[in-house]
Parts: sequence; structure tokens; C-alpha cells
Amino acid sequence: MSLEFRDILIRQGDFALRADLTVPPGRHAVIGASGSGKSTLLSLIGGYLAPERGQVVWQGRDITAMAPGKRPVSTLFQSHNLFPHLTVAQNVGMGLRPDLRLDRAQSMAVEAVLDRVGLAGTGARRPGDLSGGQQSRVALARVLLRARPLLLLDEPFAALGPALKADMLALLAEVAGDATVLMVTHDPADARTFAPTTLLIEDGLVHPPRPTGPLLDNPPPGLRAYLG
Amino acid sequence: MAARLQLGHLVAAALAAAILGTLAAVAWFAGGLGALSEWDWRAVRFTLWQAALSASLSAALAIPVARALARRRFRGRGLLVTLLGAPFILPVIVAIMGLIAVFGRNGVVNEAMRAMGLPEIGIYGWQGVILAHVFFNLPLSVRLILQGWQAIPAERFRLAASLDFAPRDVARHLERPMLRATLPGVWLSVFLVCLTSFTVALALGGGPRATTVELAIYQAFRFDFDLGRAATLGLVQIALCVAALLAARAIALPAGFGAGMDSAMPIPAPRGWPLVVDALVITFAAGFLLWPMVSVITTGLPRIPALPPEVWDAAWRSVIMAVISALLSVGACLALALTIAQGRARWVEVAGMLPLIASPLVLGTGLFILLRGAVSPQQMALPVTVAVNAAMALPFGLRALIPAAQALRADYERLAMSLDLRGWARLRHLTLPRLRRPLGFAAGLAAALSMGDLGVITLFASDQPTLPLKLYQLMNSYRMADAAAASVLLMALSFGLFWLFDRGGRLEP
Repeated sequence: MSLEFRDILIRQGDFALRADLTVPPGRHAVIGASGSGKSTLLSLIGGYLAPERGQVVWQGRDITAMAPGKRPVSTLFQSHNLFPHLTVAQNVGMGLRPDLRLDRAQSMAVEAVLDRVGLAGTGARRPGDLSGGQQSRVALARVLLRARPLLLLDEPFAALGPALKADMLALLAEVAGDATVLMVTHDPADARTFAPTTLLIEDGLVHPPRPTGPLLDNPPPGLRAYLG
Repeated sequence: MAARLQLGHLVAAALAAAILGTLAAVAWFAGGLGALSEWDWRAVRFTLWQAALSASLSAALAIPVARALARRRFRGRGLLVTLLGAPFILPVIVAIMGLIAVFGRNGVVNEAMRAMGLPEIGIYGWQGVILAHVFFNLPLSVRLILQGWQAIPAERFRLAASLDFAPRDVARHLERPMLRATLPGVWLSVFLVCLTSFTVALALGGGPRATTVELAIYQAFRFDFDLGRAATLGLVQIALCVAALLAARAIALPAGFGAGMDSAMPIPAPRGWPLVVDALVITFAAGFLLWPMVSVITTGLPRIPALPPEVWDAAWRSVIMAVISALLSVGACLALALTIAQGRARWVEVAGMLPLIASPLVLGTGLFILLRGAVSPQQMALPVTVAVNAAMALPFGLRALIPAAQALRADYERLAMSLDLRGWARLRHLTLPRLRRPLGFAAGLAAALSMGDLGVITLFASDQPTLPLKLYQLMNSYRMADAAAASVLLMALSFGLFWLFDRGGRLEP
């Protein structure tokens, strides 16, 4: 159950990112200075950009050329995780069938996950009618329903307040189950509470996961400067 | 990830082949520039001058109107916004009757001038051509700019309010960037419409001082039977359009506005003087646009029941042609816009804008040259009219659709990909709902333009006239009572078609 990057090189103009490491199952933070390539790494795993060379391998299978929707991946983006013109139930149901032709059991599954994230009875509403925290819950409900083994989080809760964010992280830990999680974050506290290990991205290189606590207690110079 | 062959590529290729093939026929047939007389060159100069003046006046006058409509809410605002589409989709020949009623010799304006001892304004000649062009294009400009205003997410205005922006700062950071992105396209649209102006010049212009190139083509084709000179003038027309397009490419700057979450948050509306100015602007614009239409309606409406059956036949024929033309146009438009939004195939966008370089009469001339061996002019009149009208509406539709398709892609492409939302499901659950407004607008525009078009069909004397051609025939045979009634019928049908489509796009699902 591991995610491998084999000799990956991504180039975008002057920017280059290299990755050659194995990510074991579990929850990992992804930390690095602004512009270091955290989102780029997630885009690579999600399939939104192709590497110049190298492979992304999931459980021994090369997924480098796989279409994003076929990958064993769910992603929570920084923004635009929901379609504003669809109802909450439709947004969640899309995780099961993109054409929204849900049978009875599937509709009930949608109701069930909404209930589980604390949004029972909101299925007919639109995202625009919900608070920011509730919108995050809808996105989490869809993650729960899709039950993909790899979960990518690109700072989806950055806009929420501390208490709400703590709630979301707790809910996330529940929702994630035994999925492998990569969470981009700017907040060392989030990394400590949520992720036992951390991938540091520095100088265009993705470093293998290291225990989060010691890394943050005694950061290398570049990270120290960034954390302040 | 790989660039797949898409419907947009096929549509673009077919469009390019049809238009470039037709233009090649025109070029093949054209004589040298030496075939053009001093009269023809005067038409070229007049065409450029009136188009630039009309476009500048329309765009400049449209900005305050669009801003007033964007930030004010009042009774009848929705109706007014819909009506703003009217003069542009109002069949030109009908609008001309209205303008003559208001600004003509015996119109209210000149009566007022005489009462005040001021000189009369002539409606025939260049003034009439400019007046008519501003009348048609001011509302289109307002609508396009208004769409730009509404495309600024409400969150930006809220952010501006939270940062305590003065109106000056809002203008600088939100409105001017939007205008910079929108205005070149608006000006260019109007300039190109006026560059290929035919019906207005036919009815109000003519003579050495107010003949456009398009009208000169018609005269060479129909009166002089000089296909070579018509083709040469066609080449000149194409050259003008190409030059205008190339010049405009340098100006257009896209603005990167993100998506809003569809909250119903009005744009901040300052009180005091700005409110008074906005009210005056809206009143004046509404009066200028509605008065001529009301004049025609009051004259023609009571006479509709007395219309002869051949007028009704023509009306029915025109409606069918307009609907086919609109569906063709908007389908092609959507396929093109979605492909263009990916930004990988520049030539697709170029193909979508090709109708801009080929005016209706140039295309008509070319198609006549190509088809005359195989089909009679009678047989080609209606299909050629439908096809040319669909193509002519494309650039307008694309102007509304491309930015929306780009925003759709920027905001939701990754989410759609991550959910494996493809094909029919994507069209139904993402593309159509997110693009319904510009799609409805584009379809309405295409249907109405086709319904009221009196252009290419005039080249082919047809025993199956469209309603505008029938109306023109009535006017030419001085059956003015029937002409007024037919005007109202034509206006109602054009307006009705536009309303159906545009309204359809703006209904909440």
C-alpha cells in the first residue's frame, strides 16, 4: 500500500521539481516554502500535470498516464471543491456516479454520508446557502463516499477559523480511515496534530518522509527561515 | 492529458473550409484593383470613416449606461435589459421605419427643431447612417459591457467594501481592468458590424457620399450584372475586415477574474449625485431606444389582421429558417468555445472569427459563383441564407461564450477531471448549467439576426421571400399600410425568438 515516485522530474518554465522516494501508508504533511512545489506535487499525483520523466507508482502499478478521474485518488482543492449550481446531494452523489443516475441504495448512501458529516437534511440546498465550514463538510462527505485509498489535501481548510479547522481535521481523520493522506499545510500545528510524518520540499527536491515532531523541533535552515 | 480530437476541431475545420473556399472563389473571379472607379474608392473611405465613428460613439455612450444598470435595481430593470437587445435584433428595415418616424422630416424631433427656429436634421445621408448605427449598436455594447460587470464576482466588490475602497479605487482595481478586457472586443464588434453595413446604407445612404462597400457590391451584382467588379469589391471588403481584426488583436487584454459562489449580492451603488446621473442616463437611453419602436407599433399594430396571406407564408418560412440557423450557430459556437478555452489550438479561434472577414454579401457572391452551375439562384436562396446567417452570428456568440468557457475551465476543470465527469454527463451537469446564460444569449441573437436579416437574400431574386424581403417588396411597391403591419409582425417574431432563447438561459434551473 505505498506510493512511489521513481526519478520524477517536473519542469514548468524555470521551475523544476524532482522526486524519487517512497511514501508509506499513513498520514503525511507536505511542508515547504511558498512556491517550493507543494501544489505541483499534488497535481502530479492527481494527474493534472504530466512529469517530464519518471513514474508515479501506486501499489506497484504505474499510474503516470492514468486519467485523473480513474486514479485511486480523492482531492480537496484550495477552492472550488463544489459545483455551485448543483445541490448538496448532487455534489456528493457525483462522487458515486458523475451522470447522477443514482439508484435507491446510492441515494441512501448519499444521505448517510451527509448525516455522518453532520449535514443531515441539507441535501436539497445549494453550496452558496451554506457556511464555509459546512461547504468543507460537503466536500468531505464526497471524499467519504468515494472511498479512494489516496487522499490529497491542498490546504482546503486554510480559510476556516482555528476552532472550525480543528473540527475539520478531526472529521478528516475519521473520514480518511486507513487511506494514505498527503496534506499540504502552512501551519506546523496542523502537521503535528494530524500527520505523524512529513515530506519536506526544499530546493526543488521532495525529501522522503520524516517524523513530524523532530523535523519541526529541529528544522533544517531553509525550513527554519520559512517557519520563522 | 493528451490533446484529443474534439468536436470543436471538426467544426472549426468545416467552417474554415466553407468560408475560405468561398473567398477563394471570389478571389478567382475578381479583376485587378484597376477595375475600381473613383466612386468605388469613395465607398471604401466612407465605409471606414462611418464605422470608426459609429463604434466610438456606441462604446463611449454604453459605459455609463452599463454601469448604471449594473449597480441599480428598479422596477422594470429586467424588462429594460431584455429590451436593450431589441434594437440590435430589431430587423434593420423595421428600425429604419421607426427612425424615420422620429428623426425624419415629419418626425417629432424636426418638428421641435422647427418650432424653436433651428435648422432641420436630415435623416438621409451620412448622419442617418451614423444615427442608425448608434441606435443598433449602443444597446449591444451596453449588454456586452454589462455582462463584463456581472462577471466580476460579488466577492470582489465585497472585498473592496471591506477595504473601504472609494469609488475611484473600485474603478481602478475592479472596473477598469474589466473594461480594458471588454471594450476592445465591444468596439471591434460594432466597427465590424458597421464595416459590413448593408441595409442601413441601402435605405438611408446611397449616393456618392454615403455608399458602403457592401452596398456597392450589391449594386455591381444586381444592377450592373458585373460579377467581376462585385468580386473585386468583395476582396476590398475582406481586406478591410482583416486589417481591422489584425489591428484589434494588439489591443485586447484578457482579465483573470475568478469565480463567485453565485451569491445574490448586488454591486455597491453610491447615493447622491451618482444616483441622479444614473437615473438620467437610464431614462435617456431608454427613450432613445424605445421611441422609434413605439412609433412603428402604434402605426402598424391595428393593421395586422388585414395582412395578405403571402405575408403570413413569408413569416412562417422565416421563423423555421431562424430556428434552424440559431441551433446550427449555437451548437457550433459551444463546440468551438470549449475547444478554444483549452488554449491549445489557436487556429480554432481564428476559424471561429472567420465570419468577421467575410461579409454576408461577399459570401453570397462567392456561393453564387461556386453553385451557379449546379443549382438555380431560386433553389440556393433559402439554404444559403440560413447558412450565412448561422455563420454571421458565430463571432457574437463566441464573444459571449469564450470568456465563460475559460472561467468554467479555470474554476472547475480539475474538479470535473477528479470526479471523472466526462461526455454527456459533463455537458448536462456542468457545461450547460454553467454556460446557460451566454448560450441563451447567443442562441437568441442568432435566431433574431436570422429572422430579421435582409442581406444575402437580396442577391437572389426569390419567389419564396423571407418576411424581411417581403416587407422590402411591400415598401418598394408603396403598400405602406401593409408594410407597417408587416414591420410589427416581423419585429414581434424577432423579439419573441430572442426573448424565448435569452430568457431560457436566464431562468434559474
